[in-house]
Amino acid sequence: MGSRASSLLREEDIEEIKKQTGFSHSQITRLYSRFHSLDKGENGALSREDFQRIPELAINPLGDRIINAFFPEGEDQVNFRGFMRTLAHFRPVEDNEKNKDPTSGEPLNSRTNKLFFAFQLYDLDRDDKISRDELLQVLEKVDVEQKMSIRFLH
Amino acid sequence: MEGAWEIAFVLFQVWLSIVVGLIVLPAMFGVSLGFTDIYIKVLVKTLEWATLRIQRGQKEQPTLPSQSANGIIEKDDGSMEEEIGELRRSHPKNLAGGDFTMCDAFYFCKKGIENIVEDQVTQRFTSEELASWNLLTRTNNNFRYISVRLTIIWGLGVFIRYCILLPLRITLAVIGLSWLVIGTTLVGLLPSCNAKNWLSDLVHITCYRICARGLSATIRYHNKENRPKKGGICVANHTSPIDIVILANDGCYAMVGQVHGGLMGVIQRSIVRSCPHVWFERSEMKDRHAVAKRLKDHIADKTKLPILIFPEGTCINNTSVMMFKKGSFEIGGTIYPVAIKYDPQFGDAFWNSAKYNMVSYLLRMMTSWAIVCNVWYLPPMTRQDGEDAVQFANRVKSAIAHQGGLVDLSWDGGLKREKVKESFKEEQQKMYSSMIVGSDFHEASVGPA
Repeated sequence: MGSRASSLLREEDIEEIKKQTGFSHSQITRLYSRFHSLDKGENGALSREDFQRIPELAINPLGDRIINAFFPEGEDQVNFRGFMRTLAHFRPVEDNEKNKDPTSGEPLNSRTNKLFFAFQLYDLDRDDKISRDELLQVLEKVDVEQKMSIRFLH
Repeated sequence: MEGAWEIAFVLFQVWLSIVVGLIVLPAMFGVSLGFTDIYIKVLVKTLEWATLRIQRGQKEQPTLPSQSANGIIEKDDGSMEEEIGELRRSHPKNLAGGDFTMCDAFYFCKKGIENIVEDQVTQRFTSEELASWNLLTRTNNNFRYISVRLTIIWGLGVFIRYCILLPLRITLAVIGLSWLVIGTTLVGLLPSCNAKNWLSDLVHITCYRICARGLSATIRYHNKENRPKKGGICVANHTSPIDIVILANDGCYAMVGQVHGGLMGVIQRSIVRSCPHVWFERSEMKDRHAVAKRLKDHIADKTKLPILIFPEGTCINNTSVMMFKKGSFEIGGTIYPVAIKYDPQFGDAFWNSAKYNMVSYLLRMMTSWAIVCNVWYLPPMTRQDGEDAVQFANRVKSAIAHQGGLVDLSWDGGLKREKVKESFKEEQQKMYSSMIVGSDFHEASVGPA
């Protein structure tokens, strides 16, 4: 854990990320520490090699595709904002969020967005097409909110 | 001008005699004057106060992140089969026969993201995060000004550690190492006899005791009746080069290692004159049979000291025990496992060789509060019938992990520098495919006679 890591993250950035992703202040600083420890090149961005260095991810059969989901089309580096945007899909759905202002747009961790993330793992050529009927039929019954969420301990 | 030099010289002599009289001599005889105990007690009280103060400060300012030793996220502990089985329970089709379904992807996806947020391996190669700040700048992850008193205590700590303790510790280290080199060289001049062995042991132990004082080390040894005996192999978890000093304070061991140059090389060459240690050239290390043979010959000779080996092969951060390399467990002989657990509150003993070289590491050690650790000697183990070297190694590893309260991991410590082998990925794929294909395959292979 870098002792200087959190001092590189400004309060304005934290507030913006909080608004965009819904993570709490302490969760964001924690994830920033993690981002910083993965960033061996210390250039403020992660490359695919940085992810590959996690052994449990490297042996995951879907490992490469999960890593790809972090990188926007054609890019080789992901910055902290992008990192958080992708992780935001896995934030648990909280009940009090369902009554939020409808004009603020769909939150990143909504059921639809979670499904879309899983869909992306199959859609290798990114043309938004896989067999839709099978997908809908199967996923209708799965508790997506629980199976595609990661709970923080605090 | 000359007067100033004379005064400085006199002061230096006084300083040296105080150090020798009050620290070195008692250390050599294994006597404690109690200074370290008082120091540790005061330290514990101060750190407790600081913890309470910080917790109070955190309640008042909720933006301060709290540190948790349990990890960041909740994880499901089920195996691949259990988790995927649960996912499929809600599938409209009946999947008794085994089949691929798209919802299986959820399991791998979630596992992958969990590992990106927090994984079991990479965290072992950096220092352990403390539950509460211990007033050292280096462990301060998110310093926010909390109170005047805390800052003053911290400042006082900096002064004490850098201006009082550091010079003292450096003096002790220099005395200790010089005595080791000179003493062992002198003993080496004697012909082989019992007296020589006795003197060699004496020189080694006294030197390591001085070095331990040089780190303000408080070591508690448990189960001394299981101490390694001659002709055996002592095996321990590895956190830092200091492990050797910690263990050698309570017994004499034959060291195993690569030949180095520089100061390390000088020490190696001199201590091997007084009693046999096993030093390998770099080229010899590659030949596993040659290595095994030399170790076997050493332990076959019952007059030689027990060999000290760290089977992890690299330094781990003392929160877990990683894979033991099977080499030391193929030699035969009795294994004496030892568990070492450092208390991170007083100083982080882990050597992160990627970040710090040996000199900066030693300076960090000497400017910590103290080194406090527990050493447990475990009952000796031997390889049982029907058990191969890998299984034996894992059994010893589990015993050490259990005793030391460390996490038992099968991951290789070499992952610090290298990528994970393809074969591990293939194992995961095999496991999953056996879930899909498994029962069909079995039916096909049984078939009509």
